[in-house]
Amino acid sequence: MHVSLTVNGQRAVTDVEPRTLLVHLLREELGLTGTHVGCDTSYCGACTVILDGKTVKSCTMLAVQAQGAEVTTIEGLAANGDLHPVQEGFWERHGLQCGFCTPGMIMSAVGLLSENGSPSEGEIRHGLEGNLCRCTGYHNIVRAVEYAAAKMRGEEPPAPEWEEGSA
Amino acid sequence: MGGGVGVSTTSVLGGVVKRREDPALIRGTGLYVDDLQLPGMLHVAFVRSPYAHARVVSVDASDAEAMDGVRAVYTAGDVAHLGDLVAQVPVGKVRPLLAGDKVNHLGEAVAMVVADTRYGARDAADAVDVEYDPLDPVIDLKEAASDAALVHDDMESNVLLAWEGGPWGDEEGIAATQQTIADAKAQDDTVSVSIEAVNQRLLPMPMEPRSVVADWNVGYGRFTVHSSTQIAHALAGGIAQTFGLSLTDVRCIAPEVGGGFGCKLNVYNDEILVCFASQQLGRPVKFTETRRDAAGSTIHGRGWVATATITGTRDGQILGYELDGIADMGAYSQNFTVAIPFLGLFVGAGQYEFPTHWKVACVHTHTMTTDAYRGAGRPEAAYYLERAIDAFAREIGVDPADVRRKNFIPAEKFPGAATHIGFPMDTGDYETNLDALLETAGYEDLKAERDRMRAEGRLVGLGLATYVEVCGFGPSALVDLGFSWASYKIPSGFNGSGLVRVQADGTASVIIGTGPSGQGHQTTWAQIVSNQLGIPVENIRVSHGDTAESPLGIGTFGSRSAAVDGSATYEAANKVRSKAADLAAHLLEASADDIVFADGGAHVAGSPDQQVSWSDIATLAYQPHRLPEGMEGGLEAHAVFSPGNATWPFGSHLALVEVDGDTGDVKLLRYIAMDDCGNVINPMIVDGQIHGGLAQGIGQAMFEDGDYEADGNLLKWSFVEYPLPTSADLPSFELHRTVTPTDINPLGVKGIGEAGTIGSAQTVVNAVVDALSPLGVTHVDMPLRPKRVWAAIQAAKTNGSVS
Repeated sequence: MHVSLTVNGQRAVTDVEPRTLLVHLLREELGLTGTHVGCDTSYCGACTVILDGKTVKSCTMLAVQAQGAEVTTIEGLAANGDLHPVQEGFWERHGLQCGFCTPGMIMSAVGLLSENGSPSEGEIRHGLEGNLCRCTGYHNIVRAVEYAAAKMRGEEPPAPEWEEGSA
Repeated sequence: MGGGVGVSTTSVLGGVVKRREDPALIRGTGLYVDDLQLPGMLHVAFVRSPYAHARVVSVDASDAEAMDGVRAVYTAGDVAHLGDLVAQVPVGKVRPLLAGDKVNHLGEAVAMVVADTRYGARDAADAVDVEYDPLDPVIDLKEAASDAALVHDDMESNVLLAWEGGPWGDEEGIAATQQTIADAKAQDDTVSVSIEAVNQRLLPMPMEPRSVVADWNVGYGRFTVHSSTQIAHALAGGIAQTFGLSLTDVRCIAPEVGGGFGCKLNVYNDEILVCFASQQLGRPVKFTETRRDAAGSTIHGRGWVATATITGTRDGQILGYELDGIADMGAYSQNFTVAIPFLGLFVGAGQYEFPTHWKVACVHTHTMTTDAYRGAGRPEAAYYLERAIDAFAREIGVDPADVRRKNFIPAEKFPGAATHIGFPMDTGDYETNLDALLETAGYEDLKAERDRMRAEGRLVGLGLATYVEVCGFGPSALVDLGFSWASYKIPSGFNGSGLVRVQADGTASVIIGTGPSGQGHQTTWAQIVSNQLGIPVENIRVSHGDTAESPLGIGTFGSRSAAVDGSATYEAANKVRSKAADLAAHLLEASADDIVFADGGAHVAGSPDQQVSWSDIATLAYQPHRLPEGMEGGLEAHAVFSPGNATWPFGSHLALVEVDGDTGDVKLLRYIAMDDCGNVINPMIVDGQIHGGLAQGIGQAMFEDGDYEADGNLLKWSFVEYPLPTSADLPSFELHRTVTPTDINPLGVKGIGEAGTIGSAQTVVNAVVDALSPLGVTHVDMPLRPKRVWAAIQAAKTNGSVS
């Protein structure tokens, strides 16, 4: 089936099997492998992208359902090459280890902050509940999102929990 | 957070450096195996057994083979000439590559389908018609240990061996220890407290499912294999061994690896089988697990049932500890399988000094193989010990912290204090660590707060536990105990390796024998080299995971990489530094002894204004005609570090929980950890390792359950049935540390990958049992999901007795 959509500002037109999942269109047809597949049941959130302004799990949609949609993947998040504050927060506050859940986690955090610019720790934890991470215990993911929220409000982010090192 | 408490920090490095690997990962440009698309690449799906135990009557692949885009369907007979899967400790029944006339666990691979597309391979797998004749499975551990029915009818017993100590390998000593404990039990003034507990099976579940791409080049006669593995060199060796190739004909590459936690520390049958398919079909072949594949066919961890007994006097002096357990090996042995409980034996008596008799039998059942999952034997050992100590403390009415302190191995016995099996440990100071935890946490205040809340009718509990870990593997002499990796064609000791090269522009390339699955090697190793050479971290590139370029190393597992391969890299950097001093001395017309490295270059002590840069030094090194006569060109060095012992990190943890008496829901209110992993290279990374480790131990305590049903079914195929902790399930953690450097490596580092997991499950369960103790509950098995906790509360209320 024919499908056309806009991905990271670029128009994409392709033919897919009707059953092709959006995530496989992104990864295997368009070569955008930053969006990952971590489960078979739309549970882990590694495949989260932003579609028409909403976060969606791209393994839970058929590619043809994205006909005409505007999709942003992790590759399209850094505007003009500058890191998005959420990406910066994940780097600054060690919000990732193996990095596999990270693109989906970052996209979900972007979605969360677009709805609530000053989330409490509890709101961050509930807001990211649909994205699993096996490495970090979520501790530093919460710190990363707190960092990004402050930056996006134009405020100084909370200090890191570790002493700023000299190395 | 993370500052030394009550002790001085003696870190050799110790500073936070933001991770060098993150920019690619946060932009989505890291390369994981499943991202790889090679020209002409084919895809694999497996036909897997829906039964735990059955005879395979027939396999009819004709419909599948007739489907468009299907290239081949392979069954056991096609790969019989390759033998069984390679295994490091091949005790018991080793896994066949594909099941032959019998299947022995749910999810066992019966046939491999190769097709043009991922979806097509899956369709064709569904079209393979396998006729099974179901047989009764052996699932229950006690039943398996009784040999009432055999898992493999060509074996005499389901019991493969039992790990037992007392004194290691000394049967008379073991008997004497048992007599000592029996005598203690017979004394009038002692009490014995036992708990029987399940340490349930767990599914490792890294977020990246395993993936492998094999590419046979018929012209060169070589494999190039990309795999999400923790052990690239062992994989290359295993493939070479299986196919009768030399090590130079197999190149394995582990690119970004999306978590491992031990489950990627195996060579898997699928890795061998895609190589076979690529060789047969002359095309690159990819297999990527579905999550369902990962749940049923990647190794599991834990799976013990045991009774732990403490005997002691009413003042808290423990006179004997006994553990009598059975550990589930699953149907087949893979890499380490039977060796996992052996790691538990080492730390069976934890931080304590009392007569200990520890015995765990390893049995086959009709289930998936168990092997190394984060902690691997040590969480199980710590769980039983620390649960039993708490039960004893409750019985005698003494504070659990006081009971522990009274029985610690005293600090003055270190370095070299002996474990209960007589193995010497490196360094330790348990009382200082526990006291630091209690002081930092405000233990007395917390107890008062708990009691105040209890008086309001709330079910609030405090849980304490300590641990000692054995890791940093570790004595290279382990080779002589049969852990030689010879079956992987890499008969290496448990040594590490590193190669440091300063390039002509003054930047450094570091190539290491081990590779990460999220632990931040690129950053930590850059810090080690930067510290020795004074080259800025941003000018150091760390490479790993490609067997064609990296020196032989056995991988990242057992919290070993920094201690072993990090030490090797440290020594390689020192060799480079020594040569660079000669070169700088030549440039500055001075003596090498007077050269000081600072500010990205070198100068003569006292003359910092006459500085030569690393580029100046390296350029000289690569222009041998300018060198003094007899000096060799180039500026690189390789070092191998052979550790004389394992490392023995330790710590103590405290949890505060509240249980909802109406629903059984457990809320983890606070979690405070005081870990000691020796020197710390990057506190940010170390804390991150502890966070993740805690989440996995707490996951076992509260959420995760990988046990099979009695009929051999595994109803845990997705994250719905096998719930990992989510962000909403966990609190922020409160981390602190003491610093007791090891004396067995030059960095003084011990390892931190597994400590959080080893210390935490029993801490949470002790807290929940403490919360329920006013009702008379003395034991609840993990995971502490609401239904189980609620049932324990109801049973206690109706019976007025123990659950």
